[in-house]
Amino acid sequence: MALMLIVGLPLFAALLCWIKPLRRAAWPITVLLTWAVFVLSVVVAVRVLAEGKVIGLAGWFEADGLSALVLVIVSLVSALAAVFAGGYMRRTEHEEQARLWWFYSNYNLFAFALLVVPALAEANLVWVGVELITLFAALLVGFETTAGALEAAWKFAVLTIMGAPIALFGFLTLFWAYRSAGGEWETWEGLRSNAAAMDPNLLKLSFLLVFVGFGAKSGLAPMHTWLPDAHSQAPTPVCAVLSGVKTTVPLYVILRLLSIVLASPVARLGQWMVVLGLISVGIAAFLLLQVRDYKRMFAFSTVEHMGIILTAAGLATQAADFGAVSQMLNHAITKSLCFYVAGVVLLTISTREIASVRGLFRVSPFAASALLFCSLAIAGAPPFPIFLSEFSILSAGLRAGQYAVVAILAALIVIAFVAILMHVNRMTFGEASTAFDGQKLLPPSCRIAVLAGAVPVLVLGVYIPAPVNDLLQLAAHQLGGH
Amino acid sequence: MPGSVPQALNALCAGLILIAAFAMVATRQVQGVVRFFIVQSLLLTASCFLLGYSRGSMHLWALGAITISAKVIAIPWVLRRVLPGDYYERREISQVVNIPASLLIALLLAIAAEFLAGPLASVANDPVIRVNLPIGLAGVLIGAWSLIARREAIPQLIGILAMENGAFLAGVAIASELPLIAELAIAIDVILIAVVAGLLTRTIRQTLGTTQAAALGELKEEPVSWR
Repeated sequence: MALMLIVGLPLFAALLCWIKPLRRAAWPITVLLTWAVFVLSVVVAVRVLAEGKVIGLAGWFEADGLSALVLVIVSLVSALAAVFAGGYMRRTEHEEQARLWWFYSNYNLFAFALLVVPALAEANLVWVGVELITLFAALLVGFETTAGALEAAWKFAVLTIMGAPIALFGFLTLFWAYRSAGGEWETWEGLRSNAAAMDPNLLKLSFLLVFVGFGAKSGLAPMHTWLPDAHSQAPTPVCAVLSGVKTTVPLYVILRLLSIVLASPVARLGQWMVVLGLISVGIAAFLLLQVRDYKRMFAFSTVEHMGIILTAAGLATQAADFGAVSQMLNHAITKSLCFYVAGVVLLTISTREIASVRGLFRVSPFAASALLFCSLAIAGAPPFPIFLSEFSILSAGLRAGQYAVVAILAALIVIAFVAILMHVNRMTFGEASTAFDGQKLLPPSCRIAVLAGAVPVLVLGVYIPAPVNDLLQLAAHQLGGH
Repeated sequence: MPGSVPQALNALCAGLILIAAFAMVATRQVQGVVRFFIVQSLLLTASCFLLGYSRGSMHLWALGAITISAKVIAIPWVLRRVLPGDYYERREISQVVNIPASLLIALLLAIAAEFLAGPLASVANDPVIRVNLPIGLAGVLIGAWSLIARREAIPQLIGILAMENGAFLAGVAIASELPLIAELAIAIDVILIAVVAGLLTRTIRQTLGTTQAAALGELKEEPVSWR
């Protein structure tokens, strides 16, 4: 029941935002219902820990450890971003104010699509869910009808929708392989248990097609080019969801499928995933060095982290899988915080260029300290959670005897670390540049979102509560490393 | 190879679908591209009905009905409504590569598809799969190529939909028992793609006065030597 509510509530919220008399209350409705969804996701996660599996509608909607983890991540980020949106969106252009109800309605549909993918057990509908994510995201990216926003939305739509037929081909091939192996109803569980019987070539082909199609959506290089554009042009609360979880959800599908391929004794693809992951990390690390817009900086850092997760999953050991799922969680909570902070900085000084920001501490101590905090966290400095999960991935690599992979990955992470802190250092410290004229008052909802978003980042860095740890272990187990 | 009449007709449809894909690459006007897309979708529908008849599968009949209502009627109608007449009828599409070279690349892609899908198709030992799988893959690849080679929004959109036609052509052969609900969801999705892309195009045109995707060139990184 809880699982069905998780899927149903965002749809209900989107409908409420459409109704004319309620349009003025679109923001409170969105906040209320997204938080309700978060609570329900936690309930589902707790029940998964107790029973191993939660069934919403047998064969259609089911949640295991990995789905529960993704559900919690998605609902937390979308709830916090909804809070942030309240103050931020009120600062947009006048003519867009009248369309705010449309924004919130779309935001809820976007949240629905993001939640439906991990909640689904039927594999073919997952494709539909991922496509819905793309469509609603494209509309949200183009919400501010400036030339830049429209360009970003179009690039985003073409590059990611182009992946759709390719992934569709992959899913059809998967269905073919599954039916030829005598499978009945195609769920993730059924695919997993029939993996050994499926034709390895078909399995490989379908995985590669889905990887190409959905890799573009999760921002893996070289199909990442939409990502910095969309992230610099979309309204900031949308960026937080885009970067934090919109990239994670297609990656979740890829990892599910990878676990099926790895369960087949013949089709081995782990090493390729490691190589492709490292390419993403490498491209992102070097692009980070020369970036000029701080929202784009955080966007490239997303490409880096997606690469790290893929590399870890490719290593396919139990410990590396644990690193991968923790990295998924830690990246989502930290990166969404980064975008709240980027939004706060943008509201304070109204420019996105790194070069024209100096001495932010003297202008707004709140924005500057938040920026420093989240940059340290996303770059992976101790004692933040990303440090922990990156460390566990590297040590898992060492234990698996993959010394070259560990060396390259560590070097690239260090480059990215230096790049991010170099830019942020330039922005926060030093004399204040004369470019900005007085500080605007920050909306309280933005402050609340930043402070609330910082709590999990602080806590998970020093102490992982036992239930969270159990959930991560369970999710890692589903990835099926040895 | 041709076992029965529906199978032979299906092979004919598949061949014509491939030709329609080439024709879309070779056409210079938006209207022409849309027309060949309609022809291709009609052929896909015919293939669905033929296989639905010969295999006795309700799903394929449904898929055919969905294809005809979405791709032959709804999407061209939306495009016609959204786009201004002179753009739709006369303007030439700007291309990155000239058309003969573009056709040559499409031909190479079709050959590559045959070599990629051929060994897989022979696993199944089903003449329909043997025809539809390579041609479907070729359709996807040629659609992707036309997307890359063209610089305008509507031909790019049609390219995506043509890729989808290719995927479906392979799909009707290899996954003919796909649950009906999944097909319905997929069809709704295809319509949504068209509507969203159409909406975006219209706003882009209203704001910028053009739908040339090449005019959208503001967001870039600084040029780097190794890229």
